[in-house]
Amino acid sequence: MKPYTLIGLCLLIVVLMVLPLLVSRFYLYITLQVLMLSLFALGFNLLFGYTGLLSFGHAAFYATGAYATGLILKNVTNSLIPGVLGGTLVATLLALIIGFFCVRHTDVYFSMLTLAFGMMVYSLAWKWRDVTGGDDGLIGIPRAPLQIPGGLSFSMKAVSNYYYFVLIVTLLAILLLYTIVNSSFGLVLQGIRENSNRVEFAGIPIKRYRWIAFVISGFFAGLAGALLAPLENTVAPAAADWTKSSEPILASLLGGIHTFAGPIVGSALFILLKETVVRHTEYWLLVYGIILLLILLGLRGGVVGALIQFKAKAKR
Amino acid sequence: MRTFLFQGLVGLSEAMYLWMVAAGLSLIFGVLRVLNFAHGSLYMLGAYLTFYFFGLLGHNFWLGLVIGPVFVAGIGLLMERFFLRLVYRLEVAYQLLLTFAFVLIFNDLVKLIWGPIYQAPPMPPGLDSSLSILGQAYPLYNLFIILVGPLIALGLWFLLEKTRWGRLIVASASDREMASALGVNVPRLYTWVFMLGAWLAALGGALSIPIRPVSPGMGEIIIIEAFIVAVIGGLGSLKGAFIGAILIGLLHVYGVFYVPVFEMALAFILMAVVLILRPWGLFGTREA
Repeated sequence: MKPYTLIGLCLLIVVLMVLPLLVSRFYLYITLQVLMLSLFALGFNLLFGYTGLLSFGHAAFYATGAYATGLILKNVTNSLIPGVLGGTLVATLLALIIGFFCVRHTDVYFSMLTLAFGMMVYSLAWKWRDVTGGDDGLIGIPRAPLQIPGGLSFSMKAVSNYYYFVLIVTLLAILLLYTIVNSSFGLVLQGIRENSNRVEFAGIPIKRYRWIAFVISGFFAGLAGALLAPLENTVAPAAADWTKSSEPILASLLGGIHTFAGPIVGSALFILLKETVVRHTEYWLLVYGIILLLILLGLRGGVVGALIQFKAKAKR
Repeated sequence: MRTFLFQGLVGLSEAMYLWMVAAGLSLIFGVLRVLNFAHGSLYMLGAYLTFYFFGLLGHNFWLGLVIGPVFVAGIGLLMERFFLRLVYRLEVAYQLLLTFAFVLIFNDLVKLIWGPIYQAPPMPPGLDSSLSILGQAYPLYNLFIILVGPLIALGLWFLLEKTRWGRLIVASASDREMASALGVNVPRLYTWVFMLGAWLAALGGALSIPIRPVSPGMGEIIIIEAFIVAVIGGLGSLKGAFIGAILIGLLHVYGVFYVPVFEMALAFILMAVVLILRPWGLFGTREA
């Protein structure tokens, strides 16, 4: 990382750290949404941008993380960390199973399969009333206190407290993903995207690599969902809808899929855009669709990609 | 046993709507190599527009049935000419996303134009009675649908195998460059095929309005089922789409009857089994 980037990053983290002192609860809530979508989109982009697999069903893991965390906090334990970790684990296990089938295919088939499995989770969320609450959603999820072994307990009732929890978890998770992406494993994934045959001839079992990438990707989507449940106190089937699956796609595209930070920038843009549009019209999806069309036809490198290109041009 | 057979008849009529959507999806994929996520939306538009023309043209169901799907084919023309054509050369992911953008746009447009309410469907005169089959009342309309499905299959077979235009389609599907070099106007052919696929989906939607409520979410349900059919039958194979649709239709009805909560999961289990045993589908060609 270049020194300027590092300084900018530190500044950003400092701003995020003092944010609860500066802005109202509403903007804090928006920032929380950006953080969670960033996690979701970064996980998604490990498959899309790095491995070249477009998943249309990542909401399955997001929703599973949210539902499982909700159920654990309601029925098993009233402690935040086991709840969030437990929910993420369930989502990761689901990714392990669904991924097993999906990585057997690439391209169109992969997208179609992930979408179909995603909608399976969606229909379960609707129909398995006894567990999920059906179309009412899972309600009354407590924002459980953060308990640390040794007797310390922090209340999460105030949104600003919960914000710090989400911020720290998100930063740690991003650091983890950054390490993964820049490891030899991450390089193999990019190799698979560029030319899977050559990688296979090099003796690397590409299906297994794709599977591992799928599971990691599901882990991050699940974590994002797990963080959502205690914040909202409720989870509805919409969390598993394919429109939800498309959010990390658009966020990644907006920011740029071939850069690590792209999905984060894209998430911020996406949430701001959504908040602005829904204030003026109920036809958010119409605007969403048109924006997607415009990006696809004109700005496929995303904002971060366009900036890098611009810089490269300026240098010449 | 009688109930079992009767449910099978119900499942067959359900399967025919699915077949019409899956046929269009498969045809478009087979020739254009584009998977159209918006195909369920075209089915939905077919239902809405037929319903609209039905009201506009003095409540004549058959007139609506003719005009509605043709109108949707026109929408297909615009989609292919002005949007899809721009992304053929790009990665598959971008093509998928482009069609997904249309899902979002069509969904909200339908709400914007007709409102979010469910529309009450009419039953065409002459087909609004029931027959007594296996000791139960079976709607005549369902029987009509069971006849229409195979007729469309027959029509498609005739079109693709016995007409010059159909042979050109098959030729372009197997080798685009060669067909182009031999003087086939491939871009125009693509437009026609997309329109035909859109028409098929819209016809399915139009035929569904007497027995299924017309609502904005109807396209999403059927496109997922059509994808499952495509995976099971083999994407790009019309025979696979037909058999797959019947399998899923039957599974759906028996599932609702015997294991209501996990009915949807049955189709996925079948899909998973096919994926393990024959990843390219029952009638598909093995991937290179």
